[in-house]
Amino acid sequence: MMLLSIVALPLLGALVTPLVSRRSTAMLPTLLAGAIGLAVVSILLSQAMDVLAGTVLIEHYPWLPGIGLSPAFRLDALGLFFALIIAGMGILITLYAHFYFAGKHGAVRFHSLMLAFMGAMLGIVTSENLLFMLVFWEMTSLVSFVLIGFHQDERPARRGARMTLVITGGGGLALMAGVLLIGNSVGSFRLSDILAPEAALTADPLYPWMLGLVLIGAMTKSAQFPFHLWLPNAMTAPTPVSAYLHSATMVKAGIFLLARLNPALGDTEAWLYSISTAGMATLLTGAFIAMFKHDTKELLAYSTVSHLGLITLLMGLSTRMAMVAALFHLLNHALFKAPLFMMAGAVQKATGTRDMRRINGLWRTLPALAVISAIAAASMAGLPLLGGYLSKKMFFIESMNASVTPTLQWLTPALAAIAGLFSAAYSFRIFHNVFFNGKPRNLPVWPPKNPDVGIQVPPAVLALAVVLVSWHAKTVVHGLIGPVASAAEGSVLPAYDMHQLHHIGTAFFMSLAAMLGGLLLYMAREPLFRLYDQLPPADAREIFEWLMTRTGSAAERLVHGLENGSVQRYVALIILSAIVLAGPVLLSGIQWHGGETLTPIDPLTALGLVLLMATAIGTVLGHHQRLFALLLLGSAGLFVTLTFARFSAPDLALTQLSVEVMAVIIMMLALSFLPQTTPRESSRLRKGRDLSLATLGGLGVGLVSFAIMTRPQSTIAAFFLSQSKPGGGGSNVVNVILVDFRGFDTLGEITVLGIAAVAVFALTRNLQLKDRIPQERGQYWASNPHPLILRTMARPILPIALMVSAYIFLRGHNMPGGGFIAGLITAVALSLQYMAGSLAWAHGRMLTPFRPLIGLGLLLACGTGLGSLLFGEAFLSSWFGHYDLPLLGHLELATALLFDLGVFTTVVGATLLILANLGKLMTVHGPGEEIG
Amino acid sequence: MEALYAIAVGVLTTCGLYLVLRGRTFPVIMGLTLLSHGVNLFLFASGRLALAAPAVIGESARPTDPLPQALVLTAIVISFAMTAFVVVLALRAAVELRSDHVDGVDPEEDWRP
Repeated sequence: MMLLSIVALPLLGALVTPLVSRRSTAMLPTLLAGAIGLAVVSILLSQAMDVLAGTVLIEHYPWLPGIGLSPAFRLDALGLFFALIIAGMGILITLYAHFYFAGKHGAVRFHSLMLAFMGAMLGIVTSENLLFMLVFWEMTSLVSFVLIGFHQDERPARRGARMTLVITGGGGLALMAGVLLIGNSVGSFRLSDILAPEAALTADPLYPWMLGLVLIGAMTKSAQFPFHLWLPNAMTAPTPVSAYLHSATMVKAGIFLLARLNPALGDTEAWLYSISTAGMATLLTGAFIAMFKHDTKELLAYSTVSHLGLITLLMGLSTRMAMVAALFHLLNHALFKAPLFMMAGAVQKATGTRDMRRINGLWRTLPALAVISAIAAASMAGLPLLGGYLSKKMFFIESMNASVTPTLQWLTPALAAIAGLFSAAYSFRIFHNVFFNGKPRNLPVWPPKNPDVGIQVPPAVLALAVVLVSWHAKTVVHGLIGPVASAAEGSVLPAYDMHQLHHIGTAFFMSLAAMLGGLLLYMAREPLFRLYDQLPPADAREIFEWLMTRTGSAAERLVHGLENGSVQRYVALIILSAIVLAGPVLLSGIQWHGGETLTPIDPLTALGLVLLMATAIGTVLGHHQRLFALLLLGSAGLFVTLTFARFSAPDLALTQLSVEVMAVIIMMLALSFLPQTTPRESSRLRKGRDLSLATLGGLGVGLVSFAIMTRPQSTIAAFFLSQSKPGGGGSNVVNVILVDFRGFDTLGEITVLGIAAVAVFALTRNLQLKDRIPQERGQYWASNPHPLILRTMARPILPIALMVSAYIFLRGHNMPGGGFIAGLITAVALSLQYMAGSLAWAHGRMLTPFRPLIGLGLLLACGTGLGSLLFGEAFLSSWFGHYDLPLLGHLELATALLFDLGVFTTVVGATLLILANLGKLMTVHGPGEEIG
Repeated sequence: MEALYAIAVGVLTTCGLYLVLRGRTFPVIMGLTLLSHGVNLFLFASGRLALAAPAVIGESARPTDPLPQALVLTAIVISFAMTAFVVVLALRAAVELRSDHVDGVDPEEDWRP
């Protein structure tokens, strides 16, 4: 529960904050967020002693163990370290944001999103299951997207947000692939299994892929070259977001991932070279560009990129104590970078700008902030005895210990020193440019406003922390960083020798050179800026936007190329893909004849099948003459009926017969409106293509059918045959299956039937067929729509048909028949009245509208099913009994009969609704009264 | 007999597919009907072909497999409902788009220079 609450508290808070804050003071969201931050920190601190001593806390919640999906949380020293930074920094940012937003609109949204982000971040660092870590990982990307685009009405904010989402989201996908590979190789997604020595991932043949994919995920998140682009563009976010997400927490997620998986994936040449190269490139690029940025936040962003590169480089160096240096620098960076961001935000509030060419000499207006920034910037520059100095010196020492090839032995320290030099220069710049360097020039807000005292408290706390950590560096390194680094390495590291930091050796001179060089570089800034401006402008943002547009238009072309709006093409593609998917399987040496002896051909059946084929082919050949083709189609249906009847399926034959009648009537009705002929418009090529597709498809289906029929049958029929009488109380097994064994299916099917009928009703409702083609009418269509003989014959047929229908319905359980067939027969008989009489005549004599009939049928069927629940049986269980009743004699009564009555009612209602509404369209007077 | 039956299923499917690929709605509807005939016969045949052996208890010594029959029975009714729906859809499209081409546009209009 405890570890779960670390993640759950902020996430719940994110949901609750907007709800409770609707009509309250601006204080409430701040208090809520702050309280949650404090609660998380106190939970963490209560476990800190044990965890730092080496205990690993694990909480496991079984959910879907079968596929390795179970939420599990893990708190070890590494997780604790990151979680403390996340939650602790969260409290200070909450306080800062309170004054930054100063009760303005958006504060509630900010606090809610901030809590969501904190929860997701805590989730990443405390997940035991890598799959759940991925979920939290994506969540940080999404929340970050929303937070960067916080000012939705500003174009740069939206663009920056989109760029971040594309890069970090893409990296998340790569990471997911990598995690899946890891999980597949280990057989578990739990960190305990993955980090165990038995996992032996580095020996896996897929190891390069795992490393590469995980690395892409980590590098995109931690803004490593060349994915660093998004970070400077994310500076459109409100300053609290930049200070929290883009300096202290989210960008450290990638580094956390590398540290977390270090025992499983690290300690190989590939790890060493790929990570240290990426880190070094990032370190140099970031440090170089930062110097030349005039916007305070952009300078800080590039400096963050550079420091992230430094930490990554240390992770990659794989020297014995590099992990200590990396984590110590991570702590220092979080402590000195966040107050600088807060300073930038406060200065922007005071002066209205972030341009350092205009902001100068603010020390008179903001003396307290000047002192705070001095401490933070000094630590960033690596001035002696501050945290930044110590961790950078560690870095220099490790860079010399790196076990790279001898020719490169000098390269790493040299590049490290150059980067240190630039880093010192931009640190001097951000402090000196803002607070000294002459007088302010042309500020939007003049005189500069004096900011709230409150907004200076969080950076002051952090500056104090910088001093404390520097003062007690030895305690911090030995007490906190040591255990954390041991957890990251997966083995206990010896205590870091702090004496070498005070030793005057190569590393000392490297630090000194970087410091003095940085100072010189800063002095020479004016000519350097001019030089930089002359460099060819390579705006990465524009390149990115260009890439995005190109990708978008390429995708558009592809989609429009495939989807040209032609249904014919889509159908062809569907059939083609079915053939392509099934073809190779069918051609891979299947024995078509399965071995069963074929039944002999009897001439009559053969004649029927040949005529069936002939009518089908005739339909195709004559499809340009539509009425002719329709008549052939109707005969094809009749031959299908005969086929069913011949091969022992009387129920099917009865159903097919009545359906065929209805279907032909419907199509005939439609044809009276549609053109009578089909134009010959297909090109020869199109016909050839369609014919070959159709032939291939038909060939495949025919062959599969033959292969199935000639194979020995294994069927579950025996159950139905033996249980039909004792279990279902009927001897017609097909009907018993429909109303009893598979009654649930039937319920679904009559529901579909009802829906189709209602859809027909809805579609014909406002339809007016004015444009019947008059010149063609004389050709086929009778002049008298209701001939006398038909009218006279139809009326006596009705009662006879209804009686037959009732008979078929009642005997259905034991003999061929049942609700479907009886319903269709009734519908046919009634529609005959419509045709013979006329719509108005017949409709006037209908006792009930059709739509309620459909509903009634469904209710009846459903109610029968529910009724069995009352008797403690499963849904749709049936019950039957035999009775001797006076007059009627021996009678079997079954609840299945009630269900079948529901089927019957639905079928009648649906069929007549369809038919009457289609018929209504064809009447000369147009829609008129609503039918149904 | 199985071979002839399979050929019939194949021919029905071929005719159905060819008509489904036509450009006007009415042949497509006819094609769908033929295709559902083919599919129904195909499914039905998975219970094997038996003469004079209906799945009614007491009617024959070795009744045929009733399960495919029950499945095909509902399939017949559903394909009827589908046909009716497609017919109405075609009518509606013909009225609103003033063309009975499946793409909603008369190709001849574009072909004229």
